[in-house]
Amino acid sequence: MAENTNSWFREKILLGKSNRDYIASIATPGNFIAGLIIIFGVIVMIYRLFFGLGPATNLTDNYPWGFWIGFDILVGIALAAPGLTLGTAVHLFGMKKYHHFVRPAILSSLLGYIFAVFALLFDLGRYYRIPYLIGWSWGLSSVLFLIGWHFTLYIIICIIEWSPALFEWLNLRKFREFFNKIAIWATIFGVIIAGGHQSALGGLYLIAPAKLHPLWYSMFLPVFFLLSAIFAGICMVIVESTITHGVFKGQLKNFNQAEFDRRTIGLGTAAAASLFIYFILKIFDLAHSDNWAYLNTFYGFWYLVEVIGFVLLPAMLFASGVRNGNAKLIRLTGFLTVFGVILNRLNVAIFAYNWQFPASMKYYPKWMEISLSIGVVAMLIVAYRFIVNRMAIMHDHPDYESGH
Amino acid sequence: MSINRREFLKRSLTIAGTSLLSGGAIAHAANNPDPSIFSTGNTANEKNWKLWVEKSEALAPVKYGVLVDTTLCIGCRRCEWACNEWNNNPNRPVKEFEASVSQQKSVFNAVRRMHAGNFTVVNRYISSKDGKPIYVKRQCMHCDDPGCLSSCFVDAYRKAKNGPVVHNASVCIGCRYCMVACPFDVPAYEYYAPLNPQITKCTFCFDRISKGSVPACVEICPAGVMTFGKRDDLLKLAYERIGMRPDRYIDHIYGENEVGGTSWLYLSSVPFHEIGLRTDIGKTPIPELTKGYLIGVKMFEIVGAWPLVFGAYYAISKARKKANAGHESSAETEGEGHGGKH
Repeated sequence: MAENTNSWFREKILLGKSNRDYIASIATPGNFIAGLIIIFGVIVMIYRLFFGLGPATNLTDNYPWGFWIGFDILVGIALAAPGLTLGTAVHLFGMKKYHHFVRPAILSSLLGYIFAVFALLFDLGRYYRIPYLIGWSWGLSSVLFLIGWHFTLYIIICIIEWSPALFEWLNLRKFREFFNKIAIWATIFGVIIAGGHQSALGGLYLIAPAKLHPLWYSMFLPVFFLLSAIFAGICMVIVESTITHGVFKGQLKNFNQAEFDRRTIGLGTAAAASLFIYFILKIFDLAHSDNWAYLNTFYGFWYLVEVIGFVLLPAMLFASGVRNGNAKLIRLTGFLTVFGVILNRLNVAIFAYNWQFPASMKYYPKWMEISLSIGVVAMLIVAYRFIVNRMAIMHDHPDYESGH
Repeated sequence: MSINRREFLKRSLTIAGTSLLSGGAIAHAANNPDPSIFSTGNTANEKNWKLWVEKSEALAPVKYGVLVDTTLCIGCRRCEWACNEWNNNPNRPVKEFEASVSQQKSVFNAVRRMHAGNFTVVNRYISSKDGKPIYVKRQCMHCDDPGCLSSCFVDAYRKAKNGPVVHNASVCIGCRYCMVACPFDVPAYEYYAPLNPQITKCTFCFDRISKGSVPACVEICPAGVMTFGKRDDLLKLAYERIGMRPDRYIDHIYGENEVGGTSWLYLSSVPFHEIGLRTDIGKTPIPELTKGYLIGVKMFEIVGAWPLVFGAYYAISKARKKANAGHESSAETEGEGHGGKH
């Protein structure tokens, strides 16, 4: 029995290697750096748990939300949108040509949400009371309540969507068939749920018109957040596929570069369209709220950097890449757009918040806050690699028919 | 010399230690020492919540309020002392509070806000009219339609029938969204409690006023700045005062309509934004700001979901038919089947 377990462990977890071989195979410089980042993150987590938010962060009564909400939640969830965009494209619009991107997209959504919520636990003062929210203490008038519930539901949905790959790995054919059947329904509900809470993250700030800078505050905040999550999701697929096709090249049998480029260009078309719509809405909002006067201020310049440098410019670059069939340009622009979404979320959460404050009273993250967030990102990447190396994420499982 | 050096080392090490080990909250406190930031273990909010649970049904629906006439305040800060005393917040001898007004270097040199260990603060502003100091007491405004209440995702706030907004610490998860939502920056947080941090705020002395008494700050005030009474009566009184002395007051009662009206009302001799009361917060109750969105998203999810579900069902069954009709046609050009075997 013990031998049996051991062989299962060796086969499934150690990729068929002996303990010593496996340890040797993971002792790479990259893993060493990741391990170091994770250790630092864990030290900060322990420090936060023992000493509290005051010593661990730069948060104050004036800045109740800082880097952990801005980066881990607002940025993290926006960048975890690939499951939403690809799920919609393939399962609802029937764009089957993209089905190769679906499993990586769902995995990144699943891990993105799980690790965002994990990081959030350290920001919550009484993290151990999360069940109150789901169980019996319902604040139905709160946007945050909607988000809390939607996160929970969406993680369940992502697990269902991902579980066919899990059961293929465990070789449990019956479970796999069952979950494969319900996965499409999970995807459909996932689209509704994800759309709801992506917009709700913007909706959170509707409550603070006096605190958020007028250039960022808008009645369209939920629409902006949803739209930008859509192109963030598409661009994350471009970015991830660029990275994973480099890193996991060995897993891709009969990989066709021309086909991959064509799909990347297809994604670029969608990104360009959603970026243009977003840009037009942004300008419309600027005109509608008559905020032109703010443009000629420090905050205005920063706003223009965000909207022109990271929305209009990538939109034009995507359009140009699509016209000229330049997949490389589209990949680069994917990175640029993702960076722009990160900038936008941090602007809303930190930079434009309490904008009337003098610079001396403004919040900036403490090193521990950044260390914890980066540690969680490193954990996510390690978990992603761990799963991709073991399960049929990048390719179809040889023993099973295609799930799509 | 050696003592001096030792003393110097000790001090610089303390300063270095404080700035290394602590974040902005302490750094902020170092310029502006306010020990109430570090306060933990507040009991007043929980106590008042329990009392509210007991009494809420029996309360008469008469909204009380307090009228604060900032032109009368002498800056003695006794209200701060009395508040700390009554609510068991960390306190100092009352003389230290009273001394501030005559000190060259005092807490009045910086504008303060409420922190974990104080529910009320008095700030000093210089009048644009005559250059004299104006003292302004701040505390929770006890909104008629409170933003904190609507923002709370575990429903920890209640507006008592007689006016106070009370907080239920026993369900609070510590998300601090109420601090984002509050237009008056009232709720504070026990950042230095690692295990059981609470939101703290003024309770309007619910325990006192529901027994027929007045709030602790109102009771101790030696200058008659605050008048406790029914909100409607207070508004009449405020209009009377403005009418009788239009030279003394500006023609505005802060809190009458701000964010839909508040229980605490203010009179002033200069525009309110000059004495730290924000005039850009509008008349719309804060909960209204998110209500439309919440209805919208729920409508989308309930109404919009069905076309999506049926559309998808249609698409799936069509694909299945196609797959049954012939595997070649569904396999397309990539040599990969979708929904079909290969």
